[in-house]
Amino acid sequence: MSILGKSRLARPLDIANGRVDMSHGAGGRTMIQLIGELFLSAFDNEFLRREHDAAIFQLPPGRVVMSTDSFVVTPTFFPGGNIGSLAVHGTVNDLAMGGGVPQYLTAGFILEEGLPLAELATIVESMADAARDAGVAIVTGDTKVVEKGHGDGIYINTSGVGVVPDGIEIGGERALPGDLVLVNGTLGDHGVAVMSKRENMSFSTQILSDSQALNDLVQAMLSAVPGVRVLRDPTRGGLGATLNEIANQSGVGIELDEAQIPVRTEVKSACELLGLDPLFVANEGKLIAICPPENAENLLAIMRTHRKGKSAAIIGRVLEDSRCFVRMKTQIGGTRMVDWMAGEQLPRIC
Amino acid sequence: MKYIEAFRDPALASGLASAIAAATDPSRTYRFMEFCGGHTHAIARYGIEDLLPQNVRMIHGPGCPVCVLPVGRVDVAVGLATQNDLILCTYADLMRVPGTRFQSLIKARAQQADVRMVYSILDALKIAQDNPTRQVVFFAIGFETTTPPTAAAIMRARALGLKNFSVHCNHVLTPPAMRAILGTYSDLGVPDVALDGFVGPAHVSAIIGTYPYEEFASVYKKPVVIAGFEPLDVMQSILQLIVQSNDGRAEVENEYTRAVNPEGNAKAQAIVTEVFEVRSSFGWRGLGEIPQSALKIRGEFSDYDAELRFSVDVPEARENKACECGDVLRGKTSPSQCKLFGDPCTPDNPMGACMVSSEGACAAQWTYGRFRQLGVREQAT
Repeated sequence: MSILGKSRLARPLDIANGRVDMSHGAGGRTMIQLIGELFLSAFDNEFLRREHDAAIFQLPPGRVVMSTDSFVVTPTFFPGGNIGSLAVHGTVNDLAMGGGVPQYLTAGFILEEGLPLAELATIVESMADAARDAGVAIVTGDTKVVEKGHGDGIYINTSGVGVVPDGIEIGGERALPGDLVLVNGTLGDHGVAVMSKRENMSFSTQILSDSQALNDLVQAMLSAVPGVRVLRDPTRGGLGATLNEIANQSGVGIELDEAQIPVRTEVKSACELLGLDPLFVANEGKLIAICPPENAENLLAIMRTHRKGKSAAIIGRVLEDSRCFVRMKTQIGGTRMVDWMAGEQLPRIC
Repeated sequence: MKYIEAFRDPALASGLASAIAAATDPSRTYRFMEFCGGHTHAIARYGIEDLLPQNVRMIHGPGCPVCVLPVGRVDVAVGLATQNDLILCTYADLMRVPGTRFQSLIKARAQQADVRMVYSILDALKIAQDNPTRQVVFFAIGFETTTPPTAAAIMRARALGLKNFSVHCNHVLTPPAMRAILGTYSDLGVPDVALDGFVGPAHVSAIIGTYPYEEFASVYKKPVVIAGFEPLDVMQSILQLIVQSNDGRAEVENEYTRAVNPEGNAKAQAIVTEVFEVRSSFGWRGLGEIPQSALKIRGEFSDYDAELRFSVDVPEARENKACECGDVLRGKTSPSQCKLFGDPCTPDNPMGACMVSSEGACAAQWTYGRFRQLGVREQAT
């Protein structure tokens, strides 16, 4: 009988009332029980069932894309998701933004002593659901427990591998003057949703995080327009930071048209209230695509027919500019820069 | 929300731009000061300068609360946080303002001081209630807009009998600063800063009303148009200033009638008077000592006065000599004329307060407007 498959401890985990304690990370039976009853049962797949420390698998043909991301979001539960679903979406999206088809993920947990097992179970279930929806398997993992006061409930790291099909060349350095800039939907939803649940914030909102896996949307886009040059998910630092990165990597300028940038009214209102700029608020289910001008309308049409790109829009164009400035035509007809953000706008939104 | 969109309407903006162009006399220049940092920010963020004729120039004023706080006061904030086992609460903008030897609250926090950024002084009150064994100090900054909430919080703390809450008051007053700008002359007897009028404060005026500006029209012969912070508000007020200048009139006009009435907010004025009294003098960065230009907590509320409750050792206040924040705040020089602008002074590496706050003239110019200048060296990122 498997050591993990069925607990040898007399009583099963008390998920309803129990809490994480130091023994859950100590390497003894309690840890084995936590892994078996919580993680393995939720993530179940052929690789985990082998109970090795490492997963062994064959990748489909193509170049391998690999990424890692750590998640420390506070609060861990927010409207539209939690740290678990976010941890899967984040890494899946990073792989997809390389033009890759995500295949396998790892999951590392740092748990703080005292974390309710019920919360952990909910988070793990969300991860399992998110992985299933995105078509990836969580094939290996790790759990550590830190003393109370040394963590913030739970931190999760996910790493992932995927495969980039031949003929796809995506990179932040590939934008060329004349290219057009597209986005798949409204900006700032995630940051504002998380912000609204901060303990020192007392505004309520209907805004849900946009946290979602974008690999299916990317597949659809690349099948129709393999010539897409840049894909990037504007997470921390939002659209503003991401476009500045691309402009610098490609050695170009970018000009946005404020009137074309989709932002929900509720997000605009919340940002007005808090003194934030939606262009710098984090997203977890959005992507920026840059493609040659002749492909842009086709790409936009493909995005808009996809469930995750209904509000897609062409929001700007790439210019020649050795200073690599990102500028924006404002809605009243002036021009301003969209600069890197100074300091922090929203701490720990992912 | 529609309210906001309405004041950013592209068609109306274009109409106003045409009206401004038509009203402008090409044979002269117009120099208007927007007193408030909120207006400075709006002008930069919406690119309003692009919609103005070349001969209409906007001079940025000193109405940025953290910018006018002298270095010595920043040092006191840092000293309070680091030399006492207390929780120091303040508004975000103050966190990164460099004091003497570039010490700042954000650096103090990294060195284990308990500094907390709050959106409202009421959050600081709550922190005091939640931490009954610790002293909580709210480091209060700002013009007349943020003063009534501070007064209300002190009254609430007294009503609650809170013993662990106090306020370090740095509230300043708008009219004395405007007077200081208009009343400063060079050795040759010409005004330090030549102005044709003011875009008057928005939120400040909602509290104090329009009457306090009458002296600038009647005594100094400068038109004042009180304006909201939306781009159309600013453009409309500029148009009114141009028309007044052309007519040779100097009057106080109120463009921001949706929020400002002539008397202001009587209730807010009453609680401010109850809790605060005017200091005989206060040192401003850039403007120097200005008589009767700031508030302190009245004796009746001295139990809540952190200036009395805590002693702080501060270094001799030292400003960076090359930093021209002072002249920028007076409108005497523009941000990009400062030798430090962009190299090494940027929002990521501020040498002076005007580069820190989003309402600071240097930060606004750097963040939103530097593409207009040639030769500004882009910092490595």
